[in-house]
Amino acid sequence: MTDNDINEEEVLLRVNNLKLYFRNNQKFTTKAVDGVSFIIHKGETYGLVGESGSGKTTIGRSIIRIYTPDGGEVYFMGNEISGPMNKQKRKYIANNIQMIFQDPMASLNPRKKVSDIIAQGLDIHHQFKTKEERTEKIYAILEKVGLSREQANRYPHQFSGGQRQRIGIARAVIMNPKLIIADEAISALDVSIQAQIVNLLKKIQEELSTTYLFIAHDLTMVKYISDRIGVLHLGHLVETGTTEEIFGNPIHPYTKALLSAIPHPNPRIEKSRTIIDYDYESSGIDYGKGVSHFIDGQHYVLATEDELTEWTKYYYGTCKEGECK
Amino acid sequence: MMENNCPILEVIDLSISFKTVSGQLKAIRGVNFSLEAGKTLAIVGESGSGKSVTVKTALGILSENEKVESGKILFHHQKEGKTTDILKLSKKQVVSQICGRRIAMVFQDPMMTLNPTMNIGKQVMEGIIKHQKLTRKEAYGKALELLKKVGITNSDKRMRSYPHELSGGMRQRVVIAIAMSCNPEILICDEPTTALDVTIQAKILELIKCIQLEKNIAVIYITHDMGVVAKVADDVAVMYAGKIVEQGTVEEIFYDPRHPYTRGLLSSIPDIDNPCDKLYSIPGTPPNLLNDIQGDAFAPRNQYALNIDFQQEPPVFKVSQTHTVASWLYHENAPKIDVYPQLSHRINNMLALSI
Repeated sequence: MTDNDINEEEVLLRVNNLKLYFRNNQKFTTKAVDGVSFIIHKGETYGLVGESGSGKTTIGRSIIRIYTPDGGEVYFMGNEISGPMNKQKRKYIANNIQMIFQDPMASLNPRKKVSDIIAQGLDIHHQFKTKEERTEKIYAILEKVGLSREQANRYPHQFSGGQRQRIGIARAVIMNPKLIIADEAISALDVSIQAQIVNLLKKIQEELSTTYLFIAHDLTMVKYISDRIGVLHLGHLVETGTTEEIFGNPIHPYTKALLSAIPHPNPRIEKSRTIIDYDYESSGIDYGKGVSHFIDGQHYVLATEDELTEWTKYYYGTCKEGECK
Repeated sequence: MMENNCPILEVIDLSISFKTVSGQLKAIRGVNFSLEAGKTLAIVGESGSGKSVTVKTALGILSENEKVESGKILFHHQKEGKTTDILKLSKKQVVSQICGRRIAMVFQDPMMTLNPTMNIGKQVMEGIIKHQKLTRKEAYGKALELLKKVGITNSDKRMRSYPHELSGGMRQRVVIAIAMSCNPEILICDEPTTALDVTIQAKILELIKCIQLEKNIAVIYITHDMGVVAKVADDVAVMYAGKIVEQGTVEEIFYDPRHPYTRGLLSSIPDIDNPCDKLYSIPGTPPNLLNDIQGDAFAPRNQYALNIDFQQEPPVFKVSQTHTVASWLYHENAPKIDVYPQLSHRINNMLALSI
């Protein structure tokens, strides 16, 4: 993605042609992520959506280097964080990027006290001078995520699902990261608790101006929380743009199909809703041949020239009538 | 509750408790509902509100420490014209008469439901051979037909496949085929689409609807996804802390929610048509059912709770013929407060959109 309009200083994370292949055996290789490029601006929320197996989690994990990418570059504030690792780079990543996982029970060590779980990052990176300072930091962060000081000495099993996710958030936020990768952070929670956690994430963003990479499959929530959205399918980023661009003017057939499948909590609409079918194999689209085309503003679509003309016929048709700019 | 049409399943005053290390846990505290033939009932509520326990009891799937305190689950045999209380049957009788044959269930995770060491064909045939006393050959033909019906292409080959060779959506289709294999009268779907992607979710829901219309069976959905409820349900029961707090037709629940919990639940879904700054969230967490609950279980989370909410359990008030709500706010002496202006605004928008 080359764009001159974007101020380099505003870019927090630049992912360039990222590739990650899993070798199943000598014959088969799963191309989990196959040439994905996107940028995340400072202080925004970038939502990655797609069906299971589309590579959204893999991208998140490659950025924070749980996986080692097979190709492409990742730049964080201009510094390359892909490629061979060394102690310094690992420390740089850990101090600046943190992750919140899906299942709060599986991601918290059941044998550790909450205070020790939260302070683990501080302990590893020696970010406190005295014991008092450490405790102080833990208490401050607990209050920030809506838990009380008394709960610091409890164990994860003594908390409810929503509270456990708050602990997961506290553990990420205590390192003062510039980027937080929330990998399906609310998918395992109940609707009413989801709203609490989303509000908390927004509050933290306002206070600390953190940037989020929000990975989810629930499009309603992604629409609510994200400034920009990337739609993934089979390891390719098929469409990216601001939330308004994606929801208001989807161009790629996969995006259209995905948006048409969002359930509406409105019985009269829902009972008559039609879903657009999309089947990659029979659609005749080859993601490998497509290149990222610039549409408008920050809107890009993966397509070949012919495909783009066909998909945008309708779009430009309305443009002439003066319905959009 | 509707009595004009003949109900096929009736749950009357059901109470269930679990014996745990830390004491008696009252999971279900007096649940009443009825299900009509051919209709769809959706039970919504948070995890731990007792949705699954209620229907599992109807199937006789009880865990070791579970105890039915009181109540009846009546199954009305449509053809024979007689009524059985499922709770009075022995475990063996439930398995041979009810489970699978009359009431079938589809679970959340198809990978957990299917046996990984048995091929698909064998698993579909298992129930047919057991309940319908067919020979293997006849059962094979029937299983093949079932797989075709649930939309599995190349079903001849698929009969010999193992669950891990299929995708999540395909697996759920197989589970539905197994559930339908003995022509049940009631199909219970416990979060059938939670583990699936949105695009596949819609297809599975349509498949269930299609089967329902064809065979005229009753379906119970257990879910916390209001989008799914809006799509499939005729009637909705909202459960909170082991009780049904509100019950009505799908339009009544979505366009005229009365209980503060239902209102909170609907408000906490992001409005896809009208973006707003802050998402409404119900404050607090669900009550611990190990403790005795005095008054309305939702009162501590309800900012408009009345004094009486903390002392006395609310009775069930009738809003309309089909709409009931258990909240003191609808007592004739209760102060009239119009709460949740944002929600009423949204409902107006929804109604305007759908005309």
